[in-house]
Amino acid sequence: MKLDFQHTQAAHCENGVTTSLLRHHGVNQITEPLAFGIGSGLFFIYIPFMKVNNGPAIAFRTQPGLIFKRTCRALDIPVERKKFRSPEEAEKVLMNCLKAGQPVGCQVGVYYLTYFPKEYRFHFNAHNLIVFGREDDQYLISDPVMEMATSLSSYELQRVRFAKGAFAPRGQLYYPKERRAVTDDQMRKAIRSGIKHNIRYMLQVPGNIIGIRGIRYTAKKIRGWRDKLGLEKAGSYLAQLVRMQEEIGTGGGGFRFIYGAFLQEAFAYHPLDELQEISGQFTRSGDIWRSAAVQAAGIYKGRIGSQADFNLMSDYLNESADIEKAAFTALSKIKWPA
Amino acid sequence: MKKTETPQDLGALGKITNEICYAVDESGKYGTVLSNGWEVKSSALDVAWHDVEKRIETARQRVMDKEASPLLFFMELHVMDIPIVAAYTGFWKWQVKKHLKYSVFESLPESKLEKYARLFEVSIPELKTMKKNEA
Repeated sequence: MKLDFQHTQAAHCENGVTTSLLRHHGVNQITEPLAFGIGSGLFFIYIPFMKVNNGPAIAFRTQPGLIFKRTCRALDIPVERKKFRSPEEAEKVLMNCLKAGQPVGCQVGVYYLTYFPKEYRFHFNAHNLIVFGREDDQYLISDPVMEMATSLSSYELQRVRFAKGAFAPRGQLYYPKERRAVTDDQMRKAIRSGIKHNIRYMLQVPGNIIGIRGIRYTAKKIRGWRDKLGLEKAGSYLAQLVRMQEEIGTGGGGFRFIYGAFLQEAFAYHPLDELQEISGQFTRSGDIWRSAAVQAAGIYKGRIGSQADFNLMSDYLNESADIEKAAFTALSKIKWPA
Repeated sequence: MKKTETPQDLGALGKITNEICYAVDESGKYGTVLSNGWEVKSSALDVAWHDVEKRIETARQRVMDKEASPLLFFMELHVMDIPIVAAYTGFWKWQVKKHLKYSVFESLPESKLEKYARLFEVSIPELKTMKKNEA
């Protein structure tokens, strides 16, 4: 059994699943940048006292699952989401969906994901893919980060759906419940509210670890890493930062380029020159994030490593923070036509 | 990032699939480009795995010095930590912590060892002797 479903590649897994499922349900306007922007995906957080793979806990995007949820809500599309105790029940529900012609989004862990290269298989449990059919024992899989559709045996799929640890997926599956066309007017409203929420996350969350203030906080921490951790461990920390920023899924520059693309696409719905201009600011910020990554690589590869090198790294982050603060402030001042 | 500047440094993922990057053309308009890797991030990934290797070696040494049980070695080998091992085996975290002691591990009954052996995909004798299953 193979559903009529179009695999499309995306930069990020959750954007990709959201885009593909919505398109399948008749939302022809949706693209990856639009899904990311409407879902208010851009974010920054540094969680102190928490370790991920023995390194700092840093994220450039919002919490897993939220982009799909927010985008569907903004477009007024009802969503079904289920978690399971038993793998048997999880498989039964999945099969029922497929029989009903419904491709299904699944949250999975990547450690046992067989088609991934071994180097990428850490215990990361917030990956997303779409199941769109079954032939004999093989489930047909559309994984948005892969160029081609692929497949997993029923055992392999069960294993990744019931991966354990932080963010354990517990067999979680989700899909839009109804086929609904979306009007351009709805798109306009969704884009506006997506931007509005993103401004709030980046500028207005209290405390100093989230949004622009979180970037500055990280910049300050980095300055101290060399003395506090020693050169080698500081290098590992920087490598972790770079992986969160550039690894598969970010589209480059810690999602800043996808956000720039979103603002340009938003221009098609809201022809306001500010959007184009601010898009350029995100491109600049993303470029600075990438310069910071090059600087970090110099440190973790042992080519450079003086305190001045750490300071420069920190300055890059502050520069990005300045630009993004100006960009979001400009977004908050836009006069949207009624 | 300009489209023309999108890095193409073949990396681990690039051998299996290209990834999508967002970049601008000369007029500043965004579009997607495929990249097969970037040296800066593949070396970041190397650093992460180098750290893992080091932890495995330290664990192996500690087991041989009888400071820790073979469980530590396999835990590091599979990039796991105590909460993950506990979640997969069904033990409590404090039990796993106890089993990490060499003396406690020595006296574990087969039934408990079996759970660890299944998780790490080795036989019980292999579990006890830190023989890893290369498959």
